[in-house]
Amino acid sequence: MRFAKVTAALLAVSAAFGSEVPAQQKQKIDPARVDGTVKSAFPTAPADWQARLTPDETMQQCSAANNTPPAATFETIQARARASIQYPADGKFVGNWKAGEGLAQSGYGLRFTDTTPNRVNGGNCYACHQITKQEVSYGTIGPSLLQYGKARNFSEADAKRAYEKIYDPHASFPCSLMPRFGTNKVLTIAQIVDIVALLMSPDSPANK
Amino acid sequence: MQLRQWLRLGAVAVVVLSATAQAQDDATEKAIEKYRQMLREDPWSNPGLLDADRGEDLWNAARGPKKTSLAQCDLGKGPGVVDGAFAELPRYFADAGKVMDLETRLLWCMDKLQGFNRAELVRMPHPGGGQPVKELGAIATYVANKSSGMKFAPKLDHPQEKEMVALGEALFMRRSGPFDFACATCHAESGRRIRLQGLPFLSNPEAARKVVGEWPAYRVSTTHVMTMQHRLYDCYWQMRMPELELGSDASVALVAYLVSTAAGGEISAPGLKR
Repeated sequence: MRFAKVTAALLAVSAAFGSEVPAQQKQKIDPARVDGTVKSAFPTAPADWQARLTPDETMQQCSAANNTPPAATFETIQARARASIQYPADGKFVGNWKAGEGLAQSGYGLRFTDTTPNRVNGGNCYACHQITKQEVSYGTIGPSLLQYGKARNFSEADAKRAYEKIYDPHASFPCSLMPRFGTNKVLTIAQIVDIVALLMSPDSPANK
Repeated sequence: MQLRQWLRLGAVAVVVLSATAQAQDDATEKAIEKYRQMLREDPWSNPGLLDADRGEDLWNAARGPKKTSLAQCDLGKGPGVVDGAFAELPRYFADAGKVMDLETRLLWCMDKLQGFNRAELVRMPHPGGGQPVKELGAIATYVANKSSGMKFAPKLDHPQEKEMVALGEALFMRRSGPFDFACATCHAESGRRIRLQGLPFLSNPEAARKVVGEWPAYRVSTTHVMTMQHRLYDCYWQMRMPELELGSDASVALVAYLVSTAAGGEISAPGLKR
């Protein structure tokens, strides 16, 4: 009987939370209807932008699981991400932190108004992360990266891990909210190495 | 206080905002909140009300190839009824056979009743920085303002309305584009920021009730009224997606999802934003 009471109490609690979401939101929607709606929502999209309208397999799996995939999917996503990572030819993961700082500040690139010839894409790291004490205008969607390298004794293994996280965060955290800067060709290998330097170089203001 | 003085205060707020990189975030937020509080104390001081007035004139004027006003435009409560109409949108319209939010319905009325060219209206639907809101947006500001002080009470019980809410939720969660962003990337948790800009937790009813009713809103940083569909267009721009079409089903579905989540929240349009 006690078990029944506890169960009833738990059900009452879950009902109380469940009631936050109106019942009509629970209606099932045909995935083809969602795809069709997206296709018709962006009629001016040029041919080379069409791929943006369709999530790839990793994104489909993450969206379907509300970004908390079950174990098997988690491993599939992680393996796929690991396989996509390309490494710097010279094996050096720590580049120029000053160039990295510029990339961390810049939100330029890939928007339909970003048409300046020869201007490179930024990483916009500060939009979501604290990195240096000097930059107080930082977002909080991602964790603070202050003292990132110092806390890891500036180890080469951690520089490689940081590179992998930026190249494809799903290799470390499947269904991370962070963009796949390398896999999605937002940044080049050389640019990622410079951002790694911002985090891992002893001279970087991130570690001061 | 005169409107001009308030506009000057608005300019001061812009300076305060542009200085945020050096300022403490909570001090900045307090300054903006003080500005908002002063606006609440003198509701006539919101520059967006100039566009609501402009919208009222546009609603009543004989316009378009058919030289007719919007007096026969039915926003859901009968032809020409504006008071309280926004509080019950989006809704299903039998004449169009579709669910429509305010802007989509105005687009439909301007096309069908006044004879405006729909393709022309959706071609450049939103103002650039410093430009006034377009005519459709001004009319939307007028109509929304006529529900200010009321609570969102959308029925959303028609099968097509229910489908739109579900579609909106699916779009809200859908990750795509080169940055893998969904609306939920930024708006599925409370207390998060992009740089110093706070992000509302829009799938949470309590948080949604506070902000959804503030659109259309006067935006200090761009010195114009931004409508809800313009807000969504700008989100997709930042998400590295193409240009969201005014009046598209995706726009209506997202508005339906947001309003269903914000149901019961008070409308205070035009609001005031960064």
